Amino acid sequence: MILAIHRLERQAGLDSHAVDTFIRSQRFPLIEGMHVTFVWRGHADAVHLRHWVFGLASAQPFHRLAHTDLWYLTIDLPRGSRFEYKFDIQRAGHNQWIRDPLNPHIAHDPFGANSVCQAEGYEVPDWCLPDPDARQGTLHELMLNNTAFGGPRPLTVYLPARYRETRRYPLLIVHDGGDYLRYARLKTVLDNLIHRLEVAPLIVALTHPKNRMDEYPDDPHHAQFIAEQVLPFMERNYPVFGTPAQRCLMGASFGGVASLATAWRYPGVFGKLLLQSGSFAFTDIGENKRGPAFDRVVQFVNAFRESPGRPAEKVYMSCGTYESLIYENRSMVPFLQSHGLEVRYDEARDGHNWENWRDRQQSALAWLFPGPLWFVYE
Amino acid sequence: MRRVVVLGPQRHVITVTEELKLLGLSGRIATITAGWQERESEDDELSAALGNRAVNLRLHARTDAVFAQDRQLFSAHRRRQDNLRQLQDIYRMRLDHLMASATVLMSRAGPAELLEPERIDTIEQLRALDAHHLRRIRDVHEAFEIQELPGERRALAQHRAEVQGILEECDAVAIAGGHVSTLIGRMRLLDVAAGMTHKPILAWSAGAMVLTDRVVAFHDRPPEGAGNPEILDVGLGLAPGIVALPHATTRLKLDDVPRMALFSRRFSPSDCICLDAGNCGRLAGRHWDFTPGTLRLDASGFPVPASAEAA
Repeated sequence: MILAIHRLERQAGLDSHAVDTFIRSQRFPLIEGMHVTFVWRGHADAVHLRHWVFGLASAQPFHRLAHTDLWYLTIDLPRGSRFEYKFDIQRAGHNQWIRDPLNPHIAHDPFGANSVCQAEGYEVPDWCLPDPDARQGTLHELMLNNTAFGGPRPLTVYLPARYRETRRYPLLIVHDGGDYLRYARLKTVLDNLIHRLEVAPLIVALTHPKNRMDEYPDDPHHAQFIAEQVLPFMERNYPVFGTPAQRCLMGASFGGVASLATAWRYPGVFGKLLLQSGSFAFTDIGENKRGPAFDRVVQFVNAFRESPGRPAEKVYMSCGTYESLIYENRSMVPFLQSHGLEVRYDEARDGHNWENWRDRQQSALAWLFPGPLWFVYE
Repeated sequence: MRRVVVLGPQRHVITVTEELKLLGLSGRIATITAGWQERESEDDELSAALGNRAVNLRLHARTDAVFAQDRQLFSAHRRRQDNLRQLQDIYRMRLDHLMASATVLMSRAGPAELLEPERIDTIEQLRALDAHHLRRIRDVHEAFEIQELPGERRALAQHRAEVQGILEECDAVAIAGGHVSTLIGRMRLLDVAAGMTHKPILAWSAGAMVLTDRVVAFHDRPPEGAGNPEILDVGLGLAPGIVALPHATTRLKLDDVPRMALFSRRFSPSDCICLDAGNCGRLAGRHWDFTPGTLRLDASGFPVPASAEAA
């Protein structure tokens, strides 16, 4: 198979017009089987692909097509891969990271936005796109006063479509609620999956940290806030089941640590956990090598591994195979299972990002809170 | 002679109109759409299919009204639901283990004289568990009746009487599908079965399921992964001798022969009847007759024409 970029390269009389035609006739990055070609056009001293795929060199150099201003890089990607990237343009000793101007796929996160490479076989799940037929749940902005942190904290509550006070609902408490709503389309996902009967109608409490790096790694104030303030508040004010089996803590990255740490500090309170790309760094011996931000994480995970108890009954975990945390997450699965917890674990060829966490919601929520699909025969 | 018609889903292929004609009924038809829950009253299409002579019993709305008036009954009902939910969890846990071994045995290659007795024994254990679970469910319902005396509670008694009154004025009953637990729960609470015993009944999807002896829930393709077919509730027993399988083609892995064989053998002597769109089974007295194209799972796990060996 001769790649399109090489056909262009071999073209006689390669000039600016031919490059224009090539760019206009393709979509980029150019997917040809497992080969993915990135291009950038312009004057530069060097161009690199910057990405967060653990296992590959984080900066990969582009080549310039002779006699043109077209830079390109071809890499091989396994089927179904998805990752986020930027171009690093080097000029006169300065580097500028930009999104791929030819790629319309963009993912946002709290730090900005990245271009998205969707390899062959990857598709954005249809259940995370707005569905005009799906009835809409509602979001309610509240404030909890006198929290364990010493001040008020905002809380967002999601109520499912057709919410009725005479019914009872499971309760899902989400860490980084705002980010899940903004970057992982959690409301759209909930609306759609509930509408499709794949997930039970849920009440969701979305929490918003002030300083997640400080509050999430096993901070007793945080655990107290969730277990002794958010949970009782929700159970007082909303028709939730009020049993551990119908309570779930959810979080991604450090939010996964916060969820596990809270459940660990309050055993028997939360029956379910939804942990995405948990930052479950630990050391068997020696010092933490991930930097000071992970010191308390490692301290907690080491303590947890030493004495796990039974933080929950049912745990859904997911991690991207392109994440540096893949080893820690993989090792957590048999560890939890060996302590009697029921665990479902999904991997995807993706990185440590919000769209990865978005794409796993169907299997996570449908497993933890199966919808009435089982009971409905229209 | 009791006449019951069970049908496949009516959403895309409406056959209830024709079946009504075959029954030769010209009077009003009592309809039950409680399985649609809050959408219970959105029954214009159904009413049209029934010749605009439908009277919706509004079981869902009536139950809500009863619960709003009688909070004590509501609490008791909720306790019953909690008990049933817990029982179902325990049953599922036990079922998981038995089904795991049964599934392996059904697919295992080896000498039939060694394997078949093991399969029979495993299936017997499954059947015993199902029977036990059915008894436990029945016990919970009976305890509710004895302790709460729902028939003597004013709000409920009034609605029950109204429902019976409507039923008496109707020539037949039509039961639509929807949420099967909601449907049977509301029918049970309003004691609808008492007024339908001698009426012709047409029912489809979940409506057909609640008429059988055992409500068997199943889905081989939900996003959380295939579940084990399970006894969900005691049926009304008005369509005996069958397990109704609506949407069988989409919900069941019909080409998974060992899985279907286990399904069929586990629930025998009831016939596992696939009720896809256009399918139909007619019960006249004690005799079932199925239309061509309606399939039954045989003991080997193959879908075969249901009419060949109707019970």
